Amino acid sequence: MTDTAVVVVGAGPAGLRAAEALTRGGVRPILIDEAERPGGQVYRQPPPGAARSPRTLYGFEAGKAVAVHAIPARLGDAIDYRPNTLVWNVFEKHLYTVGPSGHDRLDFNRLVIASGAMDRVLPFPGWTMPGVFTLGGAQIALKAQGVSIGRRVAFIGAGPLLPLVVYQYAKAGAEIAAVLDVTPFSAKLSNASGLLAQTGTLAKGLWYIARNAIAGLLICSDVRAIGVEGEDRVRSLWWRDAADTEHRVACDAVGASFGLRSETQLADLAGCAFAYDDVARQWIPQRDAASRSSMPGVYLAGDGAGIGGADVAELQGERAALAVLEDLGAPIDTARIAALDRKLARQARFRNALERAYPYPAHLLDDVADAEIICRCEGITAGTLRAAATERDAQEMNRLKAFTRIGMGRCQGRVCGPAAAEILARTLGEDIAAVGRLRGNPPVKPIPVGGLP
Amino acid sequence: MIEDVSRVGLFRRLVPRSGAVIPFTIDGEPTEAREGDLLLTAILLQRPALRHFEFGETDRAGFCLMGACQDCWVSLADGRRMRACTTPVESGMAVVIDGVAHD
Amino acid sequence: MTEHLAVDVAIIGGGTAACAAAVALREAGLTVAVLEKRRCGAGASGVNFGGVRQQGRHLAELPLARRARALWDDLNQLLGEDVEFEASGHIKLARSEADMAELERYAESAREHGLALTLLGANAVRDELPWVGPKMHGASLSPTDGQANPRMVGPAYARLARQRGVEVREYAPVRHAVSTGAGFEIEADGVTVKSCWLVNAAGAGAGVIASWFGERAPVSPLMPNMLVTEPLPYVVSRSIGVCGGDVYLRQILRGNVILGGGHGWGDVELGLARPRVEESLGCMARAVDIVPALAGAQVIRTWSGMDGQMPDHIPVIGFSSTTPRLVHAFGFSGHGFQLGPVIGLIIAELIDEGKTVSPIAPFGPQRFANWTDEPVAAYGGVQH
Repeated sequence: MTDTAVVVVGAGPAGLRAAEALTRGGVRPILIDEAERPGGQVYRQPPPGAARSPRTLYGFEAGKAVAVHAIPARLGDAIDYRPNTLVWNVFEKHLYTVGPSGHDRLDFNRLVIASGAMDRVLPFPGWTMPGVFTLGGAQIALKAQGVSIGRRVAFIGAGPLLPLVVYQYAKAGAEIAAVLDVTPFSAKLSNASGLLAQTGTLAKGLWYIARNAIAGLLICSDVRAIGVEGEDRVRSLWWRDAADTEHRVACDAVGASFGLRSETQLADLAGCAFAYDDVARQWIPQRDAASRSSMPGVYLAGDGAGIGGADVAELQGERAALAVLEDLGAPIDTARIAALDRKLARQARFRNALERAYPYPAHLLDDVADAEIICRCEGITAGTLRAAATERDAQEMNRLKAFTRIGMGRCQGRVCGPAAAEILARTLGEDIAAVGRLRGNPPVKPIPVGGLP
Repeated sequence: MIEDVSRVGLFRRLVPRSGAVIPFTIDGEPTEAREGDLLLTAILLQRPALRHFEFGETDRAGFCLMGACQDCWVSLADGRRMRACTTPVESGMAVVIDGVAHD
Repeated sequence: MTEHLAVDVAIIGGGTAACAAAVALREAGLTVAVLEKRRCGAGASGVNFGGVRQQGRHLAELPLARRARALWDDLNQLLGEDVEFEASGHIKLARSEADMAELERYAESAREHGLALTLLGANAVRDELPWVGPKMHGASLSPTDGQANPRMVGPAYARLARQRGVEVREYAPVRHAVSTGAGFEIEADGVTVKSCWLVNAAGAGAGVIASWFGERAPVSPLMPNMLVTEPLPYVVSRSIGVCGGDVYLRQILRGNVILGGGHGWGDVELGLARPRVEESLGCMARAVDIVPALAGAQVIRTWSGMDGQMPDHIPVIGFSSTTPRLVHAFGFSGHGFQLGPVIGLIIAELIDEGKTVSPIAPFGPQRFANWTDEPVAAYGGVQH
């Protein structure tokens, strides 16, 4: 099968397991990744010179991280591994990349997109100030660089990442100002039975929470509103709890985000069909249980087509590879496929319960002031978006973009998209799915005019 | 003691580094990073922000640290633009924040 | 549930020219319906470069462009919003001695048509544009030309049209239209219209419309290849073009540089348009030759869309040669943006007065009466 170009984009757990399974099937895939070292974000490796033990970096997941990191070296010449390379466009059966040797085009026959996820961002007063980072960003600072984002840090989250990051910072000796969960504790209780579908994962999550509690780091749950204060840098954080009491702490950095959001830009350019997923609160490219997208020859694995976490990503990567091999007419391991499908089904029950345990914190958008910045790239306020909806007939996201520039900044809607859609839908009194989604344009990330990075 | 907050870095090292010292400049002023530092870390250990925001009287210091939000693009004196959170700092890099650039 | 409308004038197409015509026709007291297959102003009107330019046009277009230029000064007031028009001037660069000779010839002809251009030699170009690349032989400056925001203009005209009582129907692609004894019957998704007059301002789809009336209109799809950079320090103070037209760029006050050149990819049946990577990379290289400071900048978005072009690269404007009370205005061949406001007035004049003060004889549809190539067979909703 050497004349069939199979390309995997993304060297996180999904892409790495996909590449590995493809080699077992006799295919030599091209594995392209933007970063210098494999692992994606969840198993991100520090740069050379900032190394630390896997135990320190990945805790309970150290074994899994080490195993996937080892894949490219172990496969050696059985894969064509291209790190430091950005896939910035897909068109028909062509991939366009830019890397250390400039621009290139790859023609593919089968494409596995394992593009991962980023933090889901919702605006709050002060969120664009220097010193406010995403929760994932705060974690990366510590994991990949051994630094704290500030001297006295507050953490805000809406998912299981929160207790983990707090634990990691506390263990590293950071001073922690506050830990806020904007989801209700009751949601975790009422979804406990679903969470038990993955007792190992649940136990680990509870362990972090317990450890934090022992250290005196109590999570304030069910936080209703938040805001960061400071002139030109972070000075304090206030919040209102479920009893409507206001609290305030001094801090100089905040790590805040609210779940994860799939990175779907390449799937969009590849022509995959999308559907609105109410649990993800996002338009997601559709895939079947075997990771096939709606586009023949394109497969979607990992968080890039729906958040499932690292374990699910590994399974989906392998499952996608088996679907590729099947579609290429290669002999398939039906027993392995059945085993993967069973594991994925079990994981799905857990993931559903997890999403309900940490529901989307829509209440944070209840009182967004007109002056609040929604687009941090261009400085576009909620008031501008609302006016475009009510005075200029912006009824859907692309129109809103044309009139207000939302989604036209460097991030092309990654950061502002969720909140902008919420605000538009609320202003129009529509369901969020009715306002549509921003049309994808290449490049998926900025590329240099001068051609070389 | 009065701090010149324009020179107080945002970040704090929690894990000591033992690798090579990497000299670079910010607005012509010599400073140092360590092998393994990303450009973003190198700057934010020394300064409270990475750049001035184009559309307001405020600064930016990056946001997602994973190359997604595109908030951390900085300019070098030689005209190159770098996404600071995905670029390792290199010896001799001349970062321009306030427009004072010496190569 | 199909709506039924009866109006004096039905307009197929909802771009700038169509909506400007609707506004002018209402001004003349006529009832109007606009049928737009997708969203008003989101077709070619909305995806183009945004150059508001007289310089460089086919000489036949100059009288129309000069009339349009006067309208641009008052557009914000008419539309009630800021369409970001700046008379920043347009520079056409000569990259060779042959180019310079071409600019000199054009400046001569343009002067005869009342358009004053200033020729600049190589040194004067560097004085005028200190940031320009080294290989320029000269340039021609049109100081009254400039740029505006194409995303704003069409929708603003549509809004004004609605305010003035025009029946604007979006997501209403026209499926068929016929001439009856008394006028026209038009079937669109969700609405049928009976009208006395019909305007064909359907952009890339206008050839199909014309064919329903036995009229040859060899419109072919034209996909611009557009790029935009991140915001950059403001340096490029003029809208820039080159002899040969293979690249054009302008910097908006916010700092983004918009550049374009060459052609994108399109599928007329599916109504899809995408920029082509090879063209984009070529544009980027040519832009760096003109503005070396762009070398470090980042491109953050590329796009395309679908315009309609004629074989002789000038539009079709005027009464149908086959059917009474049918007026055509299409085929703007990639340079319709600046003309949009005046095309609207011309359409209204033709309908209301039977004639127009603008010289439109060169644009008559009959020039293609013996055209032998097949026109475009179908069209669809455009995504871009």
